[in-house]
Amino acid sequence: MFFSFLRNAVLEGEANKVGCSLPAARKTGTTICGVVFKDGVVLGADTRATEGMVVADKNCSKIHYISPNIYCCGAGTAADTEMTTQIISSNLELHSLSTGRLPRVATANRMLKQMLFRYQGYIGAALVLGGVDCNGPHLYSIYPHGSTDKLPYVTMEVASLSSDWFLCSSCSGSGSLAAMAVFEDRYKPNMEEEEAKRLVRDAIAAGIFNDLGSGSNIDLCVITKGKVDYIRPHDEANKKGVRYKSSFLEGRTGDYKYKRGTTGVLSKTVLDLEVVEETVQTMDTS
Amino acid sequence: MFSVQTFGDTGKMKDYHYTGPVEHRFSPYAFNGGTVLAVAGEDFAIVASDTRLSEGYSIHSRDSPKCYKLTDTTVIGCSGFHGDCLTLTKIIDARLKMYKHSNNKTMTSGAIAAMLSTILYGRRFFPYYVYNIIGGLDEEGKGAVYSFDPVGSYQRDTYKAGGSASAMLQPLLDNQIGFKNMEGVQHVPLTQDKAVQLVKDVFISAAERDVYTGDALRVCIITKEGIDEQTVALRKD
Repeated sequence: MFFSFLRNAVLEGEANKVGCSLPAARKTGTTICGVVFKDGVVLGADTRATEGMVVADKNCSKIHYISPNIYCCGAGTAADTEMTTQIISSNLELHSLSTGRLPRVATANRMLKQMLFRYQGYIGAALVLGGVDCNGPHLYSIYPHGSTDKLPYVTMEVASLSSDWFLCSSCSGSGSLAAMAVFEDRYKPNMEEEEAKRLVRDAIAAGIFNDLGSGSNIDLCVITKGKVDYIRPHDEANKKGVRYKSSFLEGRTGDYKYKRGTTGVLSKTVLDLEVVEETVQTMDTS
Repeated sequence: MFSVQTFGDTGKMKDYHYTGPVEHRFSPYAFNGGTVLAVAGEDFAIVASDTRLSEGYSIHSRDSPKCYKLTDTTVIGCSGFHGDCLTLTKIIDARLKMYKHSNNKTMTSGAIAAMLSTILYGRRFFPYYVYNIIGGLDEEGKGAVYSFDPVGSYQRDTYKAGGSASAMLQPLLDNQIGFKNMEGVQHVPLTQDKAVQLVKDVFISAAERDVYTGDALRVCIITKEGIDEQTVALRKD
């Protein structure tokens, strides 16, 4: 258990007393999702980061590396998703060297949930974890308080699939409802890679166009046994508008560059640095 | 609110304590987003607005322009709470008709602005949550822009931005139209084509960074010939 939240609450109270407020963390808004298909998993994410209702980053990367066979999408507080995935990635690499084996998705899931639970939800990271290991493809969704859902491993038995098919996909973030609507309509078990990529692309696109917290491009990550395809961007769904060229104007066509000297210089001071002593120390570059 | 389980003197767990039931008050206002911009030239005026209507993180409509035509020489842009925008424009239309029937002439832009100020102040203690900007031609045929706050304070301007992306647009207009913070630049009077181009470019930039602005841009150009409307596509994400 940690107790820094008590100290933080006191600090916030004191800041409010003098009329200031503590800086707000940047959130990612976000639509992220993952799907298990025939040969592996496909993870997808949008690329907009917001600070309140202003876009802070138009092309941020929300699919994080955990290990060569495991990647993780992150929604919620941007710093939290970044640091949490980096910490677990580092610990997992050490663990993998100790075991001498390729890391398993369940291990990454267990490490992430134990850390998030320890911080009692104060680390605002909602993650979609996917990867392929010796037991096949796996997909987990992990919530800030530390609970996880496992979307089952796709077996060849149709019976186990029919009741669980809707669990083989996972969405998170503010745009997750739009993405889940697409999944609920078109998901089927054992899809081919191209079909799965199309489905994830369409689900993220639904989030991008219908949710104000998500936008810009669609990133995909296709993980199969022995191969990872990190496609960034997979689809540039939104390009910046082209500045207008009016046929009546010659020369000026939406160019807002300043001519040299437009910004006024009020005063200039030059301080000459006096060289007192000069020594050369060689570095051992062997 | 988080609750903490504590242990009492006897070692048994004390009851949860929490802040108590929280009463959620009904709010009569909603924020529906949208940005409005007006520019006055020598013999023209431009009123432009985006066409996105949103609430929370969702979009209600991609085709809901915020410019409303009042007379042949005046257009008003209203952004903020859409319910109040609709009611306010209905009231203004009715008052315009009443004026026309009593005085046998159309209201001038300046008169409409003064009237709107009194209508807004009439609701000083339960305001219309609307940011208004009127653009039109004055009696001499010169471009006029009047900008308002929600309770009726107004002034005549050369250019003004209002609504969700106003803080992003206004400094850009100050620089490009008002030539602020620029030295040694010729103060060329604004032509109609340059003004239209500037308005389009400026909304493209606003749609990049403001989540409430996007979908499409409606530009109304007011000249003595009449009101010309143009629509331009913006980012839809």
